[in-house]
Amino acid sequence: MKARSTPDNALSRRRFLQVLAGGAGALIVGIPSARAADAANAASAPIPLAWLGDPLFALDAFVRVDADGSVLIGARDPDTGTGVATALPRIIADEMDADWGKVKVVALGLGVSNNNGKPRWTYGRQIGGTGTSIPVAWNELRGVGALARWLLLQAAAAQWKVPASQLRCAAGMVTGPNGKRLDFGSLAKAAAKIKPPAKPVPLKTPDRFTLIGQPAGDVDATDIVTGRTAYVIDHHDADALVAVLVHCPWPDGSLKSIDTEPALKIKGVVKIVQLKPEPGQPPGQTVIAPAVAVVAESTWLALQGRDALKLEWEPGPSASQSSAALEQQGRDLVSDKSQGTDQPPVQPTARVRDEGDVDAAGKQAARRIDATYVQPWLAHACAETMNCSVRLEKNRAVLVVPTQAPQAAWQVVQRLTGLKPEQIEIQVPRVGGGYGRRLQHDFVAEAVLIAKAVNKPVSLFWTREQDVAHDYFTSGCVYDMHAIIGRKRELLAWRQRMASASSLVNRGVPDDQLWRSEISPNQLPAGLIENFRSDWFGQTAAMPRGPMRGMPDVHGAFAAESFIDEIAHQMRENPLDTRQRLLGEPRQIPLVGGGTLDTGRLANVLKLVAERIDWSRWLHTVNGLGMACWHIDGAYVAHAIEVSMTGKELTVVRAVCAADIGRVINPLGLEGQLAGATLAALSTTLHAAITIKKGQVQQQGWKDYTLATMPQLPNKVETIVVADNDRPPTGASLIALPTVAPALANAVFRATAVRVRRLPLMPELLRLR
Amino acid sequence: MVQVRDAKTADSVARPGQSEPEQVTPEKIPEGIALEINGESYAHTGDPAMPLLWYLRDVLRLTGTKYADAAGTGGFDRVLVNGKPVSAITQPMSSLAGKRVVTVEGLSLEDGRLHKLQQAFVDVDAIGCGYCIPGWLISASALLARHGKPSPSDDDINELPNFCRCGRQTQIRQAIKRAGGADA
Repeated sequence: MKARSTPDNALSRRRFLQVLAGGAGALIVGIPSARAADAANAASAPIPLAWLGDPLFALDAFVRVDADGSVLIGARDPDTGTGVATALPRIIADEMDADWGKVKVVALGLGVSNNNGKPRWTYGRQIGGTGTSIPVAWNELRGVGALARWLLLQAAAAQWKVPASQLRCAAGMVTGPNGKRLDFGSLAKAAAKIKPPAKPVPLKTPDRFTLIGQPAGDVDATDIVTGRTAYVIDHHDADALVAVLVHCPWPDGSLKSIDTEPALKIKGVVKIVQLKPEPGQPPGQTVIAPAVAVVAESTWLALQGRDALKLEWEPGPSASQSSAALEQQGRDLVSDKSQGTDQPPVQPTARVRDEGDVDAAGKQAARRIDATYVQPWLAHACAETMNCSVRLEKNRAVLVVPTQAPQAAWQVVQRLTGLKPEQIEIQVPRVGGGYGRRLQHDFVAEAVLIAKAVNKPVSLFWTREQDVAHDYFTSGCVYDMHAIIGRKRELLAWRQRMASASSLVNRGVPDDQLWRSEISPNQLPAGLIENFRSDWFGQTAAMPRGPMRGMPDVHGAFAAESFIDEIAHQMRENPLDTRQRLLGEPRQIPLVGGGTLDTGRLANVLKLVAERIDWSRWLHTVNGLGMACWHIDGAYVAHAIEVSMTGKELTVVRAVCAADIGRVINPLGLEGQLAGATLAALSTTLHAAITIKKGQVQQQGWKDYTLATMPQLPNKVETIVVADNDRPPTGASLIALPTVAPALANAVFRATAVRVRRLPLMPELLRLR
Repeated sequence: MVQVRDAKTADSVARPGQSEPEQVTPEKIPEGIALEINGESYAHTGDPAMPLLWYLRDVLRLTGTKYADAAGTGGFDRVLVNGKPVSAITQPMSSLAGKRVVTVEGLSLEDGRLHKLQQAFVDVDAIGCGYCIPGWLISASALLARHGKPSPSDDDINELPNFCRCGRQTQIRQAIKRAGGADA
């Protein structure tokens, strides 16, 4: 899922930056992703900015400087609450020395044109909420701003007849010798006529950054607090019908009987449409389960129509499955019940990593420590439920889609309509949460199929019940951990065995690679222990599964960082010391797939949270202190959590998070991501679980798949950001999730002497106490 | 569904200098459920059982009030009815005759300036994906109205039933306290 653009790739892209002269003296700088893009083609691309009221421009571009000095910057990646609509434009604005106060950010929607019948992506890769927007933009988008700045400088140099090297640029103004000043607006027209250089213009040196590294509030904040921001769920064409769905409770079930008459008797209920997953289509590209849609003139009428439907569903082959049975199967697989019997050992589906000789190390064992950790099925539970607005016309489809991946949404629309690439317009306004759910486009397929059936524009709306119960879930998992301790209390070997149902099944991934969504070969303590083995056991489940924010690291961290705490306890050691010894001297350890683990940076964030929470009192305080640390792709995080327990009430007294993600683009946005991920993960860890019984999801909304309310959360999350500005930025949206659950469970252990090895934490804690 | 402005408003929009028509047929007083939303008068002539949420969103296109679930769990659809915060989906139109409703769109001051809560949410960047924010603003506005100064305590804020899936409660709490006059 993580596509990384290499610097080389970015360089080649910069060579093809485009300059267009808009009407009324505007300068437009674009970045066609295809190598042979020509200006004529770009200028005829669909106008994504109808709201500008300015039909002169095709803003096939990221930057537009207008004669009045206003600067429009396009934000290409969907913002699901990650802050990329603020951070990406600020990267461009800084490179061009724009005045941020005069910058307007525009959500770019999907950029697509026709390349011999195939789609050409106008803005390059467009994907949000996978932790890659900023690192990719860092390589690709800075050149856009740099070129705009270069052109404006050349225009000023020509006007003043001085070399451009004598000019300075800051906050939307060019300053010349003798203090002469011109603002960007007055230079835009001339700048648009200048031929861009053959070679990419140099980027700023970091000491000259003015916006990057400075705090900035969300660009949409004022519209959000006034209720003006229109999410897709708020979008409605005047002649559109509203569709509300009921899905079959069994994803592989079918419709047994239906009586539509009572529903159709309601005035304003227009049509009942039956939907079925298309055979052979991968998950996320077709309807998620058989469904019946009620299409009506308003939401209220559609809901009444839904209530009047008489439906009977037939269970499918998976009707006997349950999460309890899957958990037991997982426990059996990882515990290898063959030991001490004549049965052959259960072979893992994949040996994810194997270093040294775990079996041989066992011969020197002074002590062995075992523990099994169980984690539940989880739903994404986005705030804005799945929905989609679609208008199909002859030779044209216009969709407004709450998606993280508009290019993947395009694929679904194209397949179902047969339209040419450029005939499909996909707008992506602000999105009410994603977490990976919106990388799947089942709801887009539904909306298109319904619109075809009623031959009218349709706004599809999922109720909360449908949204929670019909998801591409995260599989529950079982981790079996085994540590071999030597005579000098050294950690000789580590063996972990994990069982889960891969979310990559039926997605064109070879069987021997299915583990990749479930367990990372780089997760701690890989690389730190000489004898290390990591095995994965695949399970089969019918319930749909898909990517989830922070997975598989969230799973791995709960098991590994809880287990390290248990090892420390068994060895009667301060868990901070155990961790520091494991990390050892600061050094670079190569990661599988590239990059390195910098043990010094990891030890540093651990030290920072320990200091902040005053870890020295870990043994003596009545409250419980817990910690955990983790790394993902060159980003480092640690949490320290303090809890108290009174009766059945667990209080999270403090939560401290330290992160080192390399260069920080927007410290205020980062703080929000770190604190937000901490509380979101606390909420999930404390209460959340999807359970499956008789093949059905039992949770039917927020009554039983609940989020934490204020009293269950600490009053604040204390965040510490390590500004590591000599390094390129990494993604921030995932990094603070994995360490929350283990730090919490470790703190709970210190406070209560109860070791919680099964999540969600609260029910298990109360059961064990 | 007819949107009706009261007579005073109608008078004030009549253009000066316009000649009076010779015969004025008084407008028939509309039937339906009369209520006030964000200071404007409306009359709902549709299904009296329709929840306020769909009247706001589908009929008036006031979409700042968001859908939560059928019971309003998590508070995304909170509005003030006669000053009390309630979930709009739990309020059938039939219960709202003569009531005053305020939605997030009505929180801003008449001159267009932001309500102090809105300003505080912007200032501390208590946003996240933003979907839950209107609900928080409505809940918190009732809390501030109840408390005035001193600013609401942590326990007061803990009473709010609202969810934030993005986990921005740190910033939300800070913003509410700030709007209440605390330095937080």
